[in-house]
Amino acid sequence: MTDLTRHTAAELAAQLADGTTTSVAVTQAHLDRIAAVDGTIHAFLHVNPELSLAAAAASDARRASGKPLSDLDGVPLAIKDVLVTTDMPSTSGSKILEGWMSPYDATVVTRAREAGLVPLGKTNMDEFAMGSSTEHSAYGPTRNPWDTDRIPGGSGGGSAAAVAAFEAPFALGSDTGGSIRQPAHITGTVGMKPTYGSVSRYGAIALASSLDQVGPCSRTVLDAALLHDVIGGYDRHDSTSLKDAWPSFAEAARSGAQPGSLKGLKVGVVSQYAGEAFQTGVMTRFRESLEMLAAAGAEIVDVSLPSVEHAVAAYYLILPAEASSNLAKFDSVRFGMRATIAGGGTVEQVMSATREAGFGPEVKRRIILGTYALSAGYYDAYYGSAQKVRTLIQRDFDQAFASVDVLATPTAPTTAWKLGEKLDDPLAMYAQDIATIPANLAGIPGISIPSGIAPEDGLPVGIQFLAPARHDAKLYSVAAGLEALLHAQWGGPLTSQAPDFDTAVPTQSARSVSPTQSTRGGA
Amino acid sequence: MAKAKLMDFDKALELFEPVLGFEVHVELNTTTKMFSSAPNEFGGEPNSNVTPVCLGLPGSLPVVNEQAVRYSISLGLALGCSIAPSSRFARKNYFYPDLAKNYQISQFDEPIAFEGKVDVELSDGRIVSVDIERAHMEEDAGKLTHVGGATGRIQGAEYSLVDYNRAGVPLVEIVTKVIYGAEADAPELAKAYVATIRDIVVALGISDARMERGNLRCDANVSLRPRGQEKLGTRTETKNVNSLRSVERAVRYEIQRQAQILSEGGTIVQETRHWHEDTGATSAGRPKSDADDYRYFPEPDLLPVEPSVELIEELRAALPEQPAERKRRLKAEWGFSDLEFQDVVNSGLLSELVATVSAGASPQAARKWWTGEIARIANAADREPTELITGAQVAEVQLLVDEGVLNDRMARQVLEAVIAGEGSAREIVDAKGLAVVSDDGALIAAIDTALAAQPDVLEKIREGKVQAAGAVIGAVMQAMQGKADAARVRELVLERAQA
Repeated sequence: MTDLTRHTAAELAAQLADGTTTSVAVTQAHLDRIAAVDGTIHAFLHVNPELSLAAAAASDARRASGKPLSDLDGVPLAIKDVLVTTDMPSTSGSKILEGWMSPYDATVVTRAREAGLVPLGKTNMDEFAMGSSTEHSAYGPTRNPWDTDRIPGGSGGGSAAAVAAFEAPFALGSDTGGSIRQPAHITGTVGMKPTYGSVSRYGAIALASSLDQVGPCSRTVLDAALLHDVIGGYDRHDSTSLKDAWPSFAEAARSGAQPGSLKGLKVGVVSQYAGEAFQTGVMTRFRESLEMLAAAGAEIVDVSLPSVEHAVAAYYLILPAEASSNLAKFDSVRFGMRATIAGGGTVEQVMSATREAGFGPEVKRRIILGTYALSAGYYDAYYGSAQKVRTLIQRDFDQAFASVDVLATPTAPTTAWKLGEKLDDPLAMYAQDIATIPANLAGIPGISIPSGIAPEDGLPVGIQFLAPARHDAKLYSVAAGLEALLHAQWGGPLTSQAPDFDTAVPTQSARSVSPTQSTRGGA
Repeated sequence: MAKAKLMDFDKALELFEPVLGFEVHVELNTTTKMFSSAPNEFGGEPNSNVTPVCLGLPGSLPVVNEQAVRYSISLGLALGCSIAPSSRFARKNYFYPDLAKNYQISQFDEPIAFEGKVDVELSDGRIVSVDIERAHMEEDAGKLTHVGGATGRIQGAEYSLVDYNRAGVPLVEIVTKVIYGAEADAPELAKAYVATIRDIVVALGISDARMERGNLRCDANVSLRPRGQEKLGTRTETKNVNSLRSVERAVRYEIQRQAQILSEGGTIVQETRHWHEDTGATSAGRPKSDADDYRYFPEPDLLPVEPSVELIEELRAALPEQPAERKRRLKAEWGFSDLEFQDVVNSGLLSELVATVSAGASPQAARKWWTGEIARIANAADREPTELITGAQVAEVQLLVDEGVLNDRMARQVLEAVIAGEGSAREIVDAKGLAVVSDDGALIAAIDTALAAQPDVLEKIREGKVQAAGAVIGAVMQAMQGKADAARVRELVLERAQA
């Protein structure tokens, strides 16, 4: 049975199509895997086997009557808890939304359902997607399947870990400054942040509206592309949604995987992403990947993006500013948690007490930061300047893409660190996003794929490719090209090399972090 | 609410110059709300006209209502404003339970319309030009009902109920520049300005413009400066002014109140003030400083609004004429005297007359009905004439008079029945058998009877005392139970005298 969890979404789709398996069997296998390992990994905040199996049975019935909804009909999917769902709670990793049932589905969830995908559950995340380790979840951290003493990256550590631990073939994530790509790097999986506006944000609980983008997490480039094809495209509920007619990303990935596809490709290596901030193993594997690309006929050139040195600073003004406003709605009046005050209290007191009790420390830190940055007298110096930096970064990219097809960087500076290691050092945590943030500031697409294992610690690392806005298909093609070469070398996806982990008990170091308070198994 | 000590208005004007400014909020009568597909309807069960967007539910996103943008552009053009080729929404951040997201989507430094001018006509016919600084789009907030307190205000209430049906209703806020030189006309100008805005939005058909329902709301800024002083005084902003009459009264009140305080050496507190219709006074609201920090920033969920030149020109071409222009045209077309026309304008019945005339009545007849009988009935019932009857209904009554079916007395009877809801004028005529007797034979018989009873009358008429016919006409009308055309009876009486 567990064999089925080792297959990619594309393989499962093929097996469902030729009748060698059923959606119920595939779904049950993943539910069994979740039951077996998620006590340790804690990738899921909520699973509902009954719902999943009912959806799987419905899919099988459609197959039987010759009317599947799509090629992926019946393939299971994990959903980041930032996306609202009508049949499962949506908390965005926060206590303030504990048990919140949305009356509507996020557009990407609707599209996944319309394609026949089977939701397995909601995945863990840093509270309101603020963090790079998933330790800021109000429901306890997720653990890295490669080493359960370590973080899975964040904010989408749950989706990445679920995919890496074979609890789901693929998952939905959201990426505001790297929340899809950095966990992919950390867990040896694939993560794609699409062009801003190419995937609907409707129903994605907003962190920073001008930076947020929903995207796919998977173990292979093709699976990410297949999921992107399902969720992408114009949505009238999202005013920032692009009306472009998008090509098939799966097609781009398939043709990119063909030998010779990399010939003549111009790859710009961003000179700013090197040096001592970057772990040796990260750079080693990065350079090896570049050599592989060159050997396959790509031209590698150095490119400078001088303004990206200000990216993290600008990002940590724009994000908190928008977040401080986006999170104002969590006030207990209409939904979510409500603190009670002795003697009743005024509405202001109840709002204040609710936010005091309902938000975690990182959320409060960013709300305070953002409120300050938007204040009269500071707006120009902070928010205004940050927006100018954003324009400069966009210009840097425009200039770079005038001479190269894609840019390449290591996805993040280091491999997975130990749980708790950076929890008291927000700046060290923020520095993790150094290479991923610029894509969000510029609205361009970025993909991270595994480039190998760092020799010094045996943990996976990733390479990131960036393309001009709207050129998402190019990224799938290039990433699939390199992936094919790497898979040939490894004999399959990197996740196949992940060591087995002890599922019996959480490891000792786990006790230094807050205990798991899962709502899993509810409803 | 104790009334503050007030200075005599004329005395206040002697000592101080009133300086005004208005913010008028117009609720647009679009089909759906500003940023969501929820119906934009007044009334309804609380919280029934809502979507995830108007409730600010997690994950929801606003989408701009194109109809609201078109209406806003039309209004901007009618106010003589320039339309921004690109304008932007901004978030105005503050916590309040009637504001679902705890920010209002408004426009800040990039409004859709700016730099306009509106001609306002005072009751004596003088035209005052009011400069418009900007008109911007925004969403309305929900409605709070405070329960358990003595005053119905949040202070002292046990609990409050929130109705989000109004949350997200499209608004245009029209902001004037500072208005100097209104002097003793200040209260009247305030009323006339708001009335002009109301006329404009009604003519455009973009708002129901009913002040009592809050479709049109005026915040009146008033400050005083001592004669000869350059520096502006501290202003107050009076809210909750729900009728044209209240606008005038509230401004007059603030001038008198502030003058009294200033003349006693006191200082004016910069604050919002609430108008109380019942006591005719304002009371202190929340302190308002220029440093109120709403942490405005561009709304990242929405793209800039960039209307095409073609759209703007299409809307410009479709604009109705300006109210002042329209008045000049109508006065000329109808041939009214200055007095007659002012009477109509001051009664706020211009649009009713237009409707009545366009339904076939003569302007003079329409005027007489509206400023006479209908105004009398409305006054007695303490209602607005416009609530009683439509122009078309009035015209129908008048047409029956013109056709000779009804005489004046009968027509008044029919009008009352129409107002009472008994049916259309023709239905009532039929049902009550109210048509005048037009059979000359029957009339002549009645005249002969009357003349026989008053033999000296024929003699007097023949001697040239034509007014003597009145006695006979009266007798005939009585005999016919009023169902005769008095003019025809008179003609026949005179004919008999000549015979």
